[in-house]
Amino acid sequence: MSSTRDHLGRPVVAVTGIGLVTPLGVGVAENWAALTAGRSGIRRITRFPTAHMKTTIAGQVDLPEEAGRAMPPSSPERVERMGTIAAEEALAAAGLGGDRFPGPLFLGMPPVEVEWPQRLELARRAQGNTGGAVRYPDLIAAAEGRQDLFEGFLYGGIAERMADRFGTEGAPISLTTACATGASSIQLGIEAIQRGEATAALCIGAEGSVQPEALIRFSLLSALSTRNEEPTRASRPFDKAREGFVMSEGAAALVLESLEGARARGAEVLGLVLGAGERADSFHRTRSNPDGGAIIGAMRAAIADAGLAPAEIDYVNAHGTGTPENDKMETLGMLAVFGEGATPPISSNKSMIGHTLSAAGAVEAAFSLLTIRHGVIPPTINHETPDPAIPLDVVPNVAREARVRRVLSNSFGFGGQNVCLVLGAAE
Amino acid sequence: MTQPAAPQEVWITGIGLVSSLGEGPAPHLAALAAPPAPVLDEAGFAPFPIHPLPALNLDAQIPKRGDQRQMEPWQRLGTYAAGLALDGAAARALVGDMHLLVAAGGGERDAALDEQVCAAIAGLPPAEAAVRLNEMLASGLRPTLFLAQLSNLLAGNVSIVHGVTGSSRTFMGEEAAGADAVRIAALRLAEGRGGIALAGGAYVAGRWDMLLAYSGAAGVLWRGPGSVPAAERQARGGGMVLGSGGAFLVLETAAYARARGTPGIARLTTIAATASRRRDADTALAAARRLAAPLLPRLAPGYAVVSAGTGIAAPHAAEQEFLAWLRDGGAAQGAVATTGDHIGHTVEAAFPASLALAALLVQAGRAPQALVSGFGMWRGEALALVEPIPESEA
Repeated sequence: MSSTRDHLGRPVVAVTGIGLVTPLGVGVAENWAALTAGRSGIRRITRFPTAHMKTTIAGQVDLPEEAGRAMPPSSPERVERMGTIAAEEALAAAGLGGDRFPGPLFLGMPPVEVEWPQRLELARRAQGNTGGAVRYPDLIAAAEGRQDLFEGFLYGGIAERMADRFGTEGAPISLTTACATGASSIQLGIEAIQRGEATAALCIGAEGSVQPEALIRFSLLSALSTRNEEPTRASRPFDKAREGFVMSEGAAALVLESLEGARARGAEVLGLVLGAGERADSFHRTRSNPDGGAIIGAMRAAIADAGLAPAEIDYVNAHGTGTPENDKMETLGMLAVFGEGATPPISSNKSMIGHTLSAAGAVEAAFSLLTIRHGVIPPTINHETPDPAIPLDVVPNVAREARVRRVLSNSFGFGGQNVCLVLGAAE
Repeated sequence: MTQPAAPQEVWITGIGLVSSLGEGPAPHLAALAAPPAPVLDEAGFAPFPIHPLPALNLDAQIPKRGDQRQMEPWQRLGTYAAGLALDGAAARALVGDMHLLVAAGGGERDAALDEQVCAAIAGLPPAEAAVRLNEMLASGLRPTLFLAQLSNLLAGNVSIVHGVTGSSRTFMGEEAAGADAVRIAALRLAEGRGGIALAGGAYVAGRWDMLLAYSGAAGVLWRGPGSVPAAERQARGGGMVLGSGGAFLVLETAAYARARGTPGIARLTTIAATASRRRDADTALAAARRLAAPLLPRLAPGYAVVSAGTGIAAPHAAEQEFLAWLRDGGAAQGAVATTGDHIGHTVEAAFPASLALAALLVQAGRAPQALVSGFGMWRGEALALVEPIPESEA
């Protein structure tokens, strides 16, 4: 039986519950089957009209309750709903369902603001039958008595309601580090357990931003694929013809516990979180420093935090967004950290589910753990024309059986926030 | 959760504070001693009074005009205050390995565009409105505005402008985010994960988009004269007067500060936070009492209290009961200052700003200790205790 302390004398952190919601389906089993079959979850947007949009495709999770609703669920509602579904699955797997979770909640999520359906509803009330100008003070007058708007669009509202539902301890923390958010939420959980502040943590990454304004904003940054006619072929990480990421949504939840605590209560250990590393970049708001310093630093820091050498990593779950810039920089990082000719296989599940943004780091940690458990590396689909500038084994198009004991999961965000996790086998 | 016994002592060694009163420690310390008339804008966002931003010499902290253009006032204010903190700690050379924890809401929306869109499409049939919305947003939104709105891009700008790159985390969640940003920074230092961190937040009060978000709930925003202090507002139904402010703290382990010969401003003895459900027996008062229990034996007669509270009726009443309970339970309480009465309620920045004031009070020798109490507008209770750094230790 392995030690319950790591190489730095810290409690070893175990994963005892995993929950997943992505455009590929609800639940771990459905997701893993689709992912290893190389299926794409990207399709034309049906949630709202896409006229005047350059990008008209996305990964979408249709919530059962949204059919027939006059006003679509807001992004925070979607985040809460999908985060809750994922958390319920993870807690059930861990045998910790119920209303008293023995640790804190860390919720990685997108920023919150009042959205167009709400704003327009207020504007209609303000206009009455007269039409014409609507100023913010008019909207405010029309919002009187709307406690639901206040609570629905507080930044801390979602985590508070989830903390209430699951009975987590202390103040829930809502966080954002852009595309690294989900990984940051897991990192906060690891640290709380390692420092002995808690014996368990509920870590969630959730995203629900497939709505008109968010799509247009990303589009205006020229970040999105416009391969609208072939939605399932649009997300093509590491392919020579890649031209942007595909927006998506979903959630993943991990129940973390000290290995000691998990064993003491007889819980099944699904895997270990061996280490985490982070590094911020000061170069540019949307681009990495061309020297790759922060990416390389975060990857190395995670591997060192796990007490490992690069050669002990069997597989890398890529950030792999499919933007020309990211995949180039990630390749640079791979070559620097592992050395030319010594890079382990790397694949991007974003080729199938798209970029779930705030959820991505948590979704990918979950897939990394499943990769270890099942001994199958999910593929990078849509890899048709290799990019000579990317001399990596990207597990093209077809899943591969392999003995995988340790995975490095990369998350790199706008704003220069880079977080990497190392996941390991249970024994 | 209360901070566990920490092997490493944590000091506050730098303060970056900006409010309607001005910038730096001096105007704020002066206000605590002899409160001047608060600086208010009663008309611009009527019926809500706000404390406006002071004029800032942005070039002093954000030298590249290109960087300034990439931001809106909220990110500029935060980046500016973060720079003041780095200067205050003389820590410019240490930014490469410095941790960064930011408490953030979001950046400014284009309010004029919002109003144009509302006027143009609110009366249209839904399908037509949806198409027109796309058209107006696709042609009307400035591409760079998205980055100015993103919550984590205040931290991103602090990294870009000041070079802080050890790590970067952004917490959201109103007042609680401010307390947790400092708390997690202090915990990481205390357990030996690095020697120095920068933590704080910023809030711009003069924003219609945020006023809309808060205005729906009864009793959250105060609609009377902005100069009415929290205690009096409480008696008249309560409500918060929002303030524009930025507050960042440089935190260091004592060992790190000593090694580089930094005297330090105050010791951050404790910081703890929780969130009660504020219903049934799970009250804010009970939660704050639990946080305070380990502190009670430590409180020295004459300790000051700096309240980060809102003036909203229920949390304000809970805080008053809590402070009374403290008075009944132990050491004689000294002066109680309410940060919001001087600079307005700065939401995510409220706890860091109050902690900054507390640190300045003990550094100035005006109190043997200072206790910061925070009761959030909707959720979140937090406490911190700061103490002077004895000269022999510094």
